[in-house]
Amino acid sequence: MSKHVVIDPITRIEGHLRIEAVIDENNVIKEAFSSSTMFRGIEEILKGRDPRDCGLLAMRICGVCTGTHYQRSIEAVEHAFGVTIPKNARLVRNLMQGALYLHDHIVHFYHLHALDWVDITKALEADPKKAVEEAQKWAKIAGTRAWNASEDNYKEVQDRVTKYVKQGRLGVFGNAYWGSKAYKLTPEQNLIGLSHYLDALDLQRRIAKAQAIFGGKNPHPQSIVVGGVTCVQDIKNPARIAEFKDIIQLAQKFTKQAYLPDVYMAGTMYADEALAGVGGGLGNFMCYGDFNLDDTPFYEAKKLFPSGIVLNKDLSKVYDLDQSKITEDVTHSWYEGNDNLHPFDGKTNPNYTGFKEKKEGIAYLDTDKKYSWIKSPLYDDQRMEVGPLARMIVGVARGDERITKYVTTFLKNGNLPTKVLFSTVGRTAGRAIESEMMADVIIQWCDELAANVAAGDLSTWTEFDFDKVSKDAQGYGMAEAPRGSLGHWVKIKDGKVVNYQAVVPSTWNAAPKDYKNRMGAYEASLVGTKVVDPDQPLEIIRTVHSFDPCIACAVHIVDTKGKELAVYKVDPLGGCRA
Amino acid sequence: MADSHDMVKKVFTTNSARVETNKGDAYYDSLFEKAKLRLKALKKQRPLKDIDMMDIVESEGVNRRDFMKWASATTATLMLPPMFTPLVAEATELMNRVPVVWIELQDCAGNSEALLRSSAPTVDDLIFDVLSLEFHETIMAASGHQADAQLEDAIEHFKGKYLLFVEGAIPTAMNGQYGTIGASGETFQEHLERLSKDAAAVVAVGTCATFGGIPAAAPNPTGAVGVMNIVKGKPVINIPACPANPANMVGVVLHYVLTGQIPELDSLLRPKFAFGYRIHDNCERRAHFDAGEFVEEWGDHGAQNNFCLYKVGCKGPMTFNNCSIIRYNEGANWPVGVGRGCIGCSEPDFWDKYAYERPMADANIKAPTGGVEKTVDQFGLGLLTATTIGIGVHAVTSAMVGKKTVHTKDGEE
Repeated sequence: MSKHVVIDPITRIEGHLRIEAVIDENNVIKEAFSSSTMFRGIEEILKGRDPRDCGLLAMRICGVCTGTHYQRSIEAVEHAFGVTIPKNARLVRNLMQGALYLHDHIVHFYHLHALDWVDITKALEADPKKAVEEAQKWAKIAGTRAWNASEDNYKEVQDRVTKYVKQGRLGVFGNAYWGSKAYKLTPEQNLIGLSHYLDALDLQRRIAKAQAIFGGKNPHPQSIVVGGVTCVQDIKNPARIAEFKDIIQLAQKFTKQAYLPDVYMAGTMYADEALAGVGGGLGNFMCYGDFNLDDTPFYEAKKLFPSGIVLNKDLSKVYDLDQSKITEDVTHSWYEGNDNLHPFDGKTNPNYTGFKEKKEGIAYLDTDKKYSWIKSPLYDDQRMEVGPLARMIVGVARGDERITKYVTTFLKNGNLPTKVLFSTVGRTAGRAIESEMMADVIIQWCDELAANVAAGDLSTWTEFDFDKVSKDAQGYGMAEAPRGSLGHWVKIKDGKVVNYQAVVPSTWNAAPKDYKNRMGAYEASLVGTKVVDPDQPLEIIRTVHSFDPCIACAVHIVDTKGKELAVYKVDPLGGCRA
Repeated sequence: MADSHDMVKKVFTTNSARVETNKGDAYYDSLFEKAKLRLKALKKQRPLKDIDMMDIVESEGVNRRDFMKWASATTATLMLPPMFTPLVAEATELMNRVPVVWIELQDCAGNSEALLRSSAPTVDDLIFDVLSLEFHETIMAASGHQADAQLEDAIEHFKGKYLLFVEGAIPTAMNGQYGTIGASGETFQEHLERLSKDAAAVVAVGTCATFGGIPAAAPNPTGAVGVMNIVKGKPVINIPACPANPANMVGVVLHYVLTGQIPELDSLLRPKFAFGYRIHDNCERRAHFDAGEFVEEWGDHGAQNNFCLYKVGCKGPMTFNNCSIIRYNEGANWPVGVGRGCIGCSEPDFWDKYAYERPMADANIKAPTGGVEKTVDQFGLGLLTATTIGIGVHAVTSAMVGKKTVHTKDGEE
């Protein structure tokens, strides 16, 4: 007999996500449904505002990759206005965005994802001395020394958590799937993971500080404006750049000595699943491209991550990205209509149909009809996966030297075949590989900025005539968030925004089925997975987390024609404010 | 020039002062005795977690002296006289007697992220030792019905005792169905109403939870409102800002531990210790405002010399918050520091009233604690005449937080 499992809330993510799965008598997932259950309407709110103010608002689409939304929104307007920013501004934006990548990946792996691999209660049984040897073993594979690996340190971590556990209330660590057979690490390995969890908590605080040096605060930085950046005094002060670089160097060390070895450790212990392709999903990968490496105008600069499309896991072919081929379908989303429209012309009239039924206190999604606030985006009528793994795959398929070097070194050191990448483990590995590359590159950018300022260039902003350029314009800011491809599209008329659309990583990954009943990336990655115990669906959580879900930003509301307000007014359920 | 002591005295006695910084010896003596009794009673309570604060402090590589310095700065942040410093230190060790349940509604997780950036105490201490954090979606291990059970257990076990922290607005349009949570499909509104019933107090953290924030910006498509519009019959403390400063989150808990009461609030339910002053009162660029030196456009001569940001849209003169004193991310920086100016994020409706990169032309400004409506021109004029007073406040508050700030002519520290 099959079983219908409802998991809500999916915790350790940003936003509100529900997963429902149908599991057969052999505990294999037959069907999966991904649903977002929260809706705010930020794109609607952006309409009618001054395009120069959009960045501050659009950034609040998400409190995690906030800086990315900020930059994309500002870039969309710069693109519309035809403004090219000065070198200092480009470098500072790259530094802020680069720091965000590192911050996000480290927080994701250790604080949002690790507890799916690491059973912290088992760490208490570990022998700290053996744990040191274990840590050294994995660090050696990564070609480095082990991070903070001493008997004393591991003992201290163990004592601290033992005390915590003994006091009876586990607080935020309570009631998890501890003890599940789906956990495969040894007690010593669990102790290493736990120790790095704590160290990473401290480290992420510092990386956020680095971003605040040029951004003013984190989350929600404030130093980017249409035409450039405002943080002149922090750019012209070499001590500030050095302080930033110092923090990134620490993050670089942690990435090489802890993060990569831990991924080797987890990857090896879960190698069977990786080799079997568990959690592999769609096999179609897309990258919008990111990080301008020179100061040529929009979308002509050389990119750190090249854009492109790879289909069916076939690395021998890569297709050029054409933004005009992006459309969004709402067949299974809580919106009206059945048009498949490009974001410039996106329509989104809410049409909430709610749950199908409630049985014994549990509500069930109406999965044949509409079941999510997220739309189903398509590229050239294909479903796509986006994210760090997609960036690595597109980079390798493009033959990008730098990306290929980091990916092949990772695989070679771990003695792993390329196919392990197409799995839940591979998605997690892709993020670690990217972190190492980012840390190395950011440090070079720090030096580049310091040298440019030392050479006397203090320009931070490109002037433009707002009244002239904002008469009738449209543009897009397409690049990559840590989680994947993120684009903002804006149409401007007489100095005001007339339409605004964001198509973000989780719109691609967390989307429901489309008009052809094809699954979204989360859904496709879950189908076929065997779950040890359906009452403790650890495997489901693990695979969904491997995408780094970020749900609030995936939810739309916008309409170019201003009709949606009427929808609220005539809402049969009442209680609405227009 | 008048004697500076006279000026400071005037600041603290004039009717226009926003905060009664000095409430008199009798008041503080009585509060001190009350706090002592409160801490004694808390100590008798069975600890939720047994901690030795000095152990934690030392494991951070910080000695007792530094810890007391922190306690002294925190005492000043809470706007209490120095005699409270030992009690604040003691209260820190007892913070985990007060369980915290943290829920997310119509949010972006920015305030959770801000909490993760807390530097004093640091986040690992907050999670493991200092706070008794019972439920927090972004960091908790359990998911699905196990997470639900964790929440139910916490509110049952700590009935009437827990502080409910709420992040995010509450959609009320369409019967609240713009947000549902949990397997049962409970709306955010139902969720909040249920969980606030047995809370000791509800803390709305961030501008979405306090005043509706971004979802409530015009045209407010989901009918979003803040916590105080929904929760009735419970004390509500608002800690606005986007995101709220973690120092103020910790401050509210600490104050509650210390006195057993919620801190003194302004008319918008904001703790006066944090929202008693305008950004402008303590701004590092204030001298340039007084001198009439402004950044006229991004990247100009004024920008390169840290001039005042009023003309490029800084809303510091209309915004009540302590960011100019405590800043963000271990004091690394703050919006005015990076040359952008304040967007007024701790004020109601700031998205529609303040958050744009032009100065206020002729807007009606309602000063929340002053209670007067003035146009910006009148307001600005008032500010200019109050300038010397502002500088006096700056000197005093800088000394209060243990940071000595010396202003040179060009405004650099």
